[in-house]
Amino acid sequence: MASITESGAGRAEKPAKAKGPLIYRQSIFTRLTHWIWVICLFFLLASGLNIFNAHPTLYFGQQSSFADQQTGDQHFDAAWLDIGAANTPDGAAVGQTTLFGHSINTTAVGLGMSGDPQNPDFRGFPASVTIPSYYDLATARVVHFFFAWILVATLLVWLVASVLNRHIAGIPPTPRDLRHLPRDVLNHLRLRFEHGRQYNVLQKLAYSAVFFILFPLIILTGLTMSPGMDNAWPWLLELFGGRQTARSIHFLTMTAFVAFFVIHIIMVVLANPINELRQMITGRYRSSADVPFDASKGDKP
Amino acid sequence: MSKSGLILNRRRLLGLGAASASTLLLAGCDQFDTLVGSGDGNIRGVLEKANDVTYRMQRLLQGQNSMAPEYTEADIRQGQRPNGSTDPQGDDYLALKANKFADYRLKITGMVDQELSLSLADLRSMPVRSQITRHDCVEGWSCIAKWTGTQLGPILDKAGIKSTAKYCLYHCYDTMDGGLTGQVPYYETSDLIDAHHPQTILAYGMNNGDLPVANGAPIRVRIERALGYKQPKYVHTIELTDDFSQVGGGKGGYWEDNGYDWYGGI
Repeated sequence: MASITESGAGRAEKPAKAKGPLIYRQSIFTRLTHWIWVICLFFLLASGLNIFNAHPTLYFGQQSSFADQQTGDQHFDAAWLDIGAANTPDGAAVGQTTLFGHSINTTAVGLGMSGDPQNPDFRGFPASVTIPSYYDLATARVVHFFFAWILVATLLVWLVASVLNRHIAGIPPTPRDLRHLPRDVLNHLRLRFEHGRQYNVLQKLAYSAVFFILFPLIILTGLTMSPGMDNAWPWLLELFGGRQTARSIHFLTMTAFVAFFVIHIIMVVLANPINELRQMITGRYRSSADVPFDASKGDKP
Repeated sequence: MSKSGLILNRRRLLGLGAASASTLLLAGCDQFDTLVGSGDGNIRGVLEKANDVTYRMQRLLQGQNSMAPEYTEADIRQGQRPNGSTDPQGDDYLALKANKFADYRLKITGMVDQELSLSLADLRSMPVRSQITRHDCVEGWSCIAKWTGTQLGPILDKAGIKSTAKYCLYHCYDTMDGGLTGQVPYYETSDLIDAHHPQTILAYGMNNGDLPVANGAPIRVRIERALGYKQPKYVHTIELTDDFSQVGGGKGGYWEDNGYDWYGGI
C-alpha cells in the first residue's frame, strides 16, 4: 500500500516522467525461444518462397489440375492462385498473378517476372526474398526442413516451460479480458498503451492466434504435404481435405505470419521500442505508472 | 505540450523502422547463398543432418507396412502428368520400344542367391496388384492415377536376398543432364523396407491401359510412400547392394546427386 502512495506521489510531482516499477515479465525460456523463432521463421519464409517457385500454383483438393500435354484439354480446374508470366497482345512479357480466375499484371511488385528488365527472371517470388536467391529447390528444402525441426523442437521446449512457469496461462483471453476489448481497441487507436504485468486483450488475442492456430496449422499442413506422413497419420489428409488444400493452407498461414510480423513490429515501435526490446532481452519491463510496486514479484524501482 | 512531439517521435521511429526493414529486404537473401549452397566451407552438411532425423522419425511413426492412401476410380480425373524423362533416346531402349518391349528383360542382380531375368510376360503372369494412388512431385504438385503391376517383394524373395544387402539399386534406360559429364543414366535406390512394402510394385499398366512411354514403359517402380523422383521409370536392372557410394555421384540417385534428400518421403 505504501508503494502505491509513493508511485502516486511521484506522478503528482513529475507527470511527464511518471512510471511504474521495472517488472520481471519474460522468463529466460520465453526470451530465448522468441529469438530462435525469429531466426527460424526468417529462414522458413525465404526458403519456403523458393520451394513455392518450383510450382507457383496453388490448388484445392487432393490433386493438382493440368491441361493435357498433348491435346491441351483441361478436364477440371482446381487452381485458385497462380503466379506466372504472360505475353501482352503487343508481345511483351509481363508477370501475371491469377487469383480465382482474375489475372493482374504484377511485374511492378516482382511477382511472376523480376530482375533486370532486359533479361528478366521468370519466377514466382523474386530473388530478393528467397533463400537461396537463385532458384534451387534442393537447397531450399534442406534449409526449410532444418529450420522446421528447430522450430518444432523450440516450440516443445517453450510449451513445457510455459506450462510449468504458467506463462501459457496468461495467453488466452479471459471473459473479463474480452469485456474490455472495446476499451482496449479504443486505447490502441489513440496510441495509449497500458504496460501491465499481463498482456492486454489485443495482445492475448494476437498471441493466442499465433500459438493455438497459426503454429499448429503451419506445422500440420507442412506434414500433410509429406507422402511419408500421409501414411503414418492418414487423418492429416481428412483434416485438411487433401494434399493440395494443405499446400494452400500452408501458404495462407505463411501470409498470416507475415501480417502478424508487420503488426508486431509496428506495435513495438509505437509502444516504446527500447522498453519492448529490453523486455525480450533482459526480461525486465517498465510498467505504466498505475502498476503497484510489489517487491515479492521481484519488482525494481 | 510534449504530446505532439511524442507522436512526431513515434512517427519518425516508425519511418526509421520501415526504412531499415526495406533496406534489409533490398539487400536481399543472396547474403546466405554461399552459406547454404553446395560448395565447400559452408554449413550445408549440418543442415542436411535434419534429413536423417526426418527419415528416422518417419520410419518410427509409420511402422513397416503402413499404407499410402488409395483413391477411387472417380478420383482419376486426368492423365498422369509426365515429368523428367518422357521419351528416352538410347539405342538399346529405342530397339526395345520398336519391338513393343517383347525382348525386354528385367534383371535382378547383385547380392542375391540366384540372379533373375524376367520378361514382360513373366511379370504379367505374376499376381496382379492395382492401386489408385497420388503421385506427389517434389515440386509440389500431385496427380492421382491407377497403377497396375506385380509386387516387388515376392520377386526379391524368389531371388533370395543375401543378409548383408541393404538397398535396392534401380538402373534405368533414360539419361539425364549430368553437367560436365554429359548425359548420365537415371538411377535410384531404396531401403529394403520400401522394396518389400505391399504397395511397392513393378508397374506395367496405368489407368487401365499399358504403361505409356512418357510414364516409364515398360516398367516403372512405384514406391508409394515417397516423392516422384523415388519412382524410377524405364527400369532394366534391380541390383541388391550394401553400398551405393561408388554409383553415379554416390548419393543414391540422380536427383540425390543434385542435392535432393535420399529418403524422399517429405
